[in-house]
Amino acid sequence: MSEQATARKELAVSDEVAIDIRGMNKWYGTFHVLRDINLTVYQGERIVICGPSGSGKSTLIRCINALEEHQKGSIEVDGTKLTNDLKNIDKIRSEVGMCFQHFNLFPHLTILENCTLAPIWVRKEPKKQAIETAMHFLEKVKIPDQAKKYPGQLSGGQQQRVAIARSLCMKPRVMLFDEPTSALDPEMIKEVLDTMIELAEEGMTMLCVTHEMGFARQVANRVIFMDQGQIVEQNEPEAFFNNPQSDRTKLFLSQILGH
Amino acid sequence: MTTHHNAAFVRTEDAPLMEAPSSQIGPRAWLWKNIFASMADYATPGKAVISLLMTVITIFTGYALIWMIWTVLDFALFSATFFDPEGLKRDACLDEAGACWPYVKAKWYQFMYGFYPPEEVWRVNVCMGMLAIGIAWLVFPLPHRGKVALFMLFAYPVIAFVLLNGMPIEHEGDIGQIVSGVWFPLILAGIAFAGWWLARSDRYGDVVNAMAPALLMAAIVLGIFAGLPLVTMALDLALGTEVVETNKWGGLTITLVVAIFGIVISLPVGMLLALGRQSNAPIIRYSSIIFIEVVRGIPLISVLFFASAMLPYFLEPGVDFNKLLRAMIGVVLFASAYMAEVIRGGLQAIPKGQYEGGMSLGLSFWQQMRLIIMPQALTTVIPGIVNTFIGLFKDTTLVLIISIFDLLGILSATLKDPEWSTPTTAYTGYLVIALIYWIFCFSMSRYSVYMENKLDRSHR
Repeated sequence: MSEQATARKELAVSDEVAIDIRGMNKWYGTFHVLRDINLTVYQGERIVICGPSGSGKSTLIRCINALEEHQKGSIEVDGTKLTNDLKNIDKIRSEVGMCFQHFNLFPHLTILENCTLAPIWVRKEPKKQAIETAMHFLEKVKIPDQAKKYPGQLSGGQQQRVAIARSLCMKPRVMLFDEPTSALDPEMIKEVLDTMIELAEEGMTMLCVTHEMGFARQVANRVIFMDQGQIVEQNEPEAFFNNPQSDRTKLFLSQILGH
Repeated sequence: MTTHHNAAFVRTEDAPLMEAPSSQIGPRAWLWKNIFASMADYATPGKAVISLLMTVITIFTGYALIWMIWTVLDFALFSATFFDPEGLKRDACLDEAGACWPYVKAKWYQFMYGFYPPEEVWRVNVCMGMLAIGIAWLVFPLPHRGKVALFMLFAYPVIAFVLLNGMPIEHEGDIGQIVSGVWFPLILAGIAFAGWWLARSDRYGDVVNAMAPALLMAAIVLGIFAGLPLVTMALDLALGTEVVETNKWGGLTITLVVAIFGIVISLPVGMLLALGRQSNAPIIRYSSIIFIEVVRGIPLISVLFFASAMLPYFLEPGVDFNKLLRAMIGVVLFASAYMAEVIRGGLQAIPKGQYEGGMSLGLSFWQQMRLIIMPQALTTVIPGIVNTFIGLFKDTTLVLIISIFDLLGILSATLKDPEWSTPTTAYTGYLVIALIYWIFCFSMSRYSVYMENKLDRSHR
């Protein structure tokens, strides 16, 4: 972990606001799952969100691309306000990429078709150009030779890298990661994290829900700790890990770093 | 007692690969594994009882199988009458206890075409020939499947209708007049078409390329202008003007018309109903549910009866529409409701993550359905879909009760012919009809297995 920490690069963060969440609240029926969330993300930030299970961290990032509906407050992505207007939702979704815990690749399409589907149908790119872009990003995640295979033929780590490439093909301004390594065997976690680190170093704005604290130390510029639907503490990684303020944060960190 | 086993081991040479022993391969191994092994275990009294029981069951099943095959072969071949050279009709078959094949030969035309006029029957043959080619094209993947599929879905039904039903076409003037009237627009259309052909490639720059759609439009308009008189003339020369009313259609022809119409329409309608049943909009959801549950709750026969006998009472006197069409609509409604439930099963098997994957990429609802959800849902339920198709194919026999003479109906009609009345005529006829139905249904079943294997990407 110390090795990774020394490899940390200082990355620029711009003053341009990428995501602005104000007074956001969400309920599942009567259950108040997100409480008074305020979060401003600047272009180029790498934010790691952690917290115990059920703390609402996945729900939070799923609200950003409207996979979940919020009931109160506002979310703005790149200046587009998230309302019930389907046009806005589609616009935001095409600007915000997302990687899921279970990859959610389309098993009936080849790797290449997975990557070209949205550019062709949403961005209306010509097929040839979409394939070029897809191959470019598949090379970036180091699996161009698997392009003709189906997702079921790939390992979990490879599938998650394809999922990253698939999102990148839409040239998103922001990437959301929802526990991208939680469903992976230990030996495959590194290849996915390496891909994400590379992405961060290229200046992608990223919000990652993850328990990979090494990743947080290496690339995050901010770590957010959530519990019971609220943002309890946020800080730069060094300060967050070495000098946590809230008791809940201390308890959580002792639980995940304690062994 | 040793306290220490030496656990260290290094393999220096690979163990040799050997052929499987003869107890694993070959016909003897097969017979042993599949038939005799279950009868050979007498190690304990319990196992001995099971082995004896298996012996009895095996002998009994074997005997029943041989007896059945023998009975059918004896009826169809050994005791059958094959020829009737003297034209004796029923008397030719009276001597033998087996099948009366001359009867099938004499009635074969009716089995296939019903009462379709023999001098016009080439129209049915052309129609069915095109169908066979089209289906074969799509079943054994040949190039340009997409275009062929579009042709079969949209152009073929029109062609088939015109062919089967006939269409009175009147054209003015003789061939010479028509040709002299259309040669100029025809040449212009040709030039426009050639222009489009050249302009649509990237070779001549963006400006030329941008003209391509306009040229194509011009070619189409001119083509229609010039083509219509020629097409009507050609159709007239080719088809004549004789209309063959649908009440003269019959036999396998009508079975195929009803079944294929049902299959082609019920799949998309079923898809829409299945989606409707899952819709968030209450009005769409409830109308889908009501339609599906009402139709599934009524026997097809009663719908057909209603369509045939009752409908005229509700319509204005003089307003009528074709009986065959009514029957076809009834069959489609039915198959759609069943299809909807089969497809709903497939939709439920799709994980939520697939929808979310599609949503997160910005695909619209219909794009998600068309590109992600439906292809997977349909693949999952191919056995159920084909099951519904097979059921539909056989349910077409019910049109017989509203006096449409499908394959089974025409058989019943021919059985009433006193000239062929023998004790075995009916058996022969039903055997042939059963065989025809079985061939169609079994083909569908095999095709479904083939498609399942072809589309299964999960285990590759």
